[in-house]
Amino acid sequence: MSEPIHIPTVAELNGKGQPVEVLFWVGCAGSFDERAQKITKAMAKILHHLDVNFAILGKEESCTGDPAKRAGNEFLFQMQAMNNIAIMNGYGITKIITTCPHCFNTLKNEYPSLGGNYDVVHHTTYLQGLINDGKLTFGKGDYKGKKITYHDSCYIGRANGIYDAPRDVLKKLDAELVELKRCRAKGMCCGAGGAQIFKEAEKGEKEVNVDRAEEALETKADVIAANCPFCMTMLRDGVKHFNKEDEVEVLDLAELVANANDL
Amino acid sequence: MQIVQQIIFVIALAVAIYIFAKNVGKIRRNILLGKDDDRTDNKPERWKTMLKVAFGQTKMVARPIPAILHFFVYTGFILINIEVLEIMIDGIFGTHRFFAGLGPIYNMAIGFFEILAVLVLVGCVLFLTRRFISRIPRFHKPEMKGWPTKDATIILIVEIVLMAALLKMNACDQILQARGADHYAQAGSFPVSQYLVPIFDGFSDGSLIAMERIFWWFHIIGILVFLNYLPYSKHFHIILAFPNTFYSNLKPKGTIDNNAAITNEVKTMMMMPDADPNAPPPESFGAKDITDLSWKNIMDAYTCTECGRCTSECPANQTGKLLSPRKIMMDVRDRAEEVGKRLDHGIEEPDNKNLLDYLSTEELWACQTCNACTEACPVNIDPLDIIVQMRQFLVMEQAQAPSELNMMFTNIENNGAPWQFPASDRDKWTTEI
Repeated sequence: MSEPIHIPTVAELNGKGQPVEVLFWVGCAGSFDERAQKITKAMAKILHHLDVNFAILGKEESCTGDPAKRAGNEFLFQMQAMNNIAIMNGYGITKIITTCPHCFNTLKNEYPSLGGNYDVVHHTTYLQGLINDGKLTFGKGDYKGKKITYHDSCYIGRANGIYDAPRDVLKKLDAELVELKRCRAKGMCCGAGGAQIFKEAEKGEKEVNVDRAEEALETKADVIAANCPFCMTMLRDGVKHFNKEDEVEVLDLAELVANANDL
Repeated sequence: MQIVQQIIFVIALAVAIYIFAKNVGKIRRNILLGKDDDRTDNKPERWKTMLKVAFGQTKMVARPIPAILHFFVYTGFILINIEVLEIMIDGIFGTHRFFAGLGPIYNMAIGFFEILAVLVLVGCVLFLTRRFISRIPRFHKPEMKGWPTKDATIILIVEIVLMAALLKMNACDQILQARGADHYAQAGSFPVSQYLVPIFDGFSDGSLIAMERIFWWFHIIGILVFLNYLPYSKHFHIILAFPNTFYSNLKPKGTIDNNAAITNEVKTMMMMPDADPNAPPPESFGAKDITDLSWKNIMDAYTCTECGRCTSECPANQTGKLLSPRKIMMDVRDRAEEVGKRLDHGIEEPDNKNLLDYLSTEELWACQTCNACTEACPVNIDPLDIIVQMRQFLVMEQAQAPSELNMMFTNIENNGAPWQFPASDRDKWTTEI
């Protein structure tokens, strides 16, 4: 186990008069959900490992308002957005990295018209950039010979047209990348989007996440790679539904990269 | 006799165009019942999108077989229109194949149109086969019962009959040309209809002229009637596909526009300096009827040709939920028609009905906002935008969200997270790394 890492807050660095290059927007799932915290930690370790000048908002961070907006509560969304914007603009934030596609989409596409203009990057694209720049290398061949399949999250895929970045990252793992039947622009939702994760599904024949997990299991992959904490929950539940949780792992890209770097 | 035909033709043409224009005017009026939405920015990108998506059919190719069949019918429709233009000129001036003077080019064109006519015919027959023999599931969802399926069948059969008339007309024409009949000068080449010649060869000149005239009239009157069928049919997409793609959403699909009326409300409440406290509060939040939607939402509904790609890609629909994005579009069109009919009759007062009489909250709450429907639509229709606006109405006007969602809202308000965790724990993970 490596030394404990200190994750600074923007307020803390600000107090010391130190500039913050990158804000790591953790998001609610990344902050509170036990499984998603592992993604957060993996990403923080990568940033720390690369000596990136980053900080989090800590207790000053609040929900972007995305689930409220998708569920029709535009009022609550805009209140959340304006509060967050006031805080970020107050600190002069210019660049944001986030591991949540929903936070990413909202910060990037819906905050500007409310006065929040930042360079927002999702960690898939960020990791791809690090690899392209030669800053991130893969020493450990942990995944050599393993089969990995990739689940396109709706908010990175269709919503923002990012399909190649996550695949480029995965290709570096020296594993065999197998595509799901419904992939890229035709990727099937995990069942969490549009605030569905917070409620029971409507009456139907099947749960969306079970349908998607079934498709992923059909690939016989050892690892299902995800890039979204909500997809993570849904896919893990889906895999459990088929009692395959001991054979098939669901891992976020950040975790895969951190593992491959022994972080 | 010739002049009588010409007069009848001109009258038929004028009546057809008049009625068509009137009905298109009604659709335009119904579309404009929607709210303003400025979609005039970035014209170059808009033209490009229209050329690519509508003219170039780039989104059709996701499904190659229907894409090829549709391409036959589509090019047939566009190019055979050139021949229809000639038919109109012939009809008005009593000429026989007005463009024949172009010589070899003309012959080639007529030959090409015949091949296209056959391809349209084959396309339509295969479309019927796919619909009724292979029974492709998306054509048999509940919302397709009754009129929608009848509409589809009428369109395909009319197209088959029209193409058959064109070919039979050419068959009679070429026999008359070969026999040197009066008025039937040599013109055109007939790579397909030549095979129909034996059927008609035994008839006298007089019968052939009568048959040629009957097929000619059948073809052109058929086209004029079909033109006037369009405003009542899903087939109107052949016109609206072009403006609808021109006015496409050009933002990343994930963007849901921020409601500007609410922005001012929120700013006023938060006492922000740029709030306008004197701005009138919005009349209502979200959409409960077509008049609350944008004109583009209603244009989307009139553009929909009910192909069902959206529904077949929808995760909710695929897992047996009630939601079908296509049905949302059909409901919006039906409601717009209902409101429009009242206006036709000069009734101004509202009818105490709204979109929620057409679609259920169960459908609205099943949406994952995953954009599979908007991605799948070959003419860039956006059912998701309508769903979100209607959810806004349910939540902000009626407080009718499912109870778990109300809980989620409360948690965000109180703890800044959708779950019931204390906000003070937000950075707890930093102590465990």
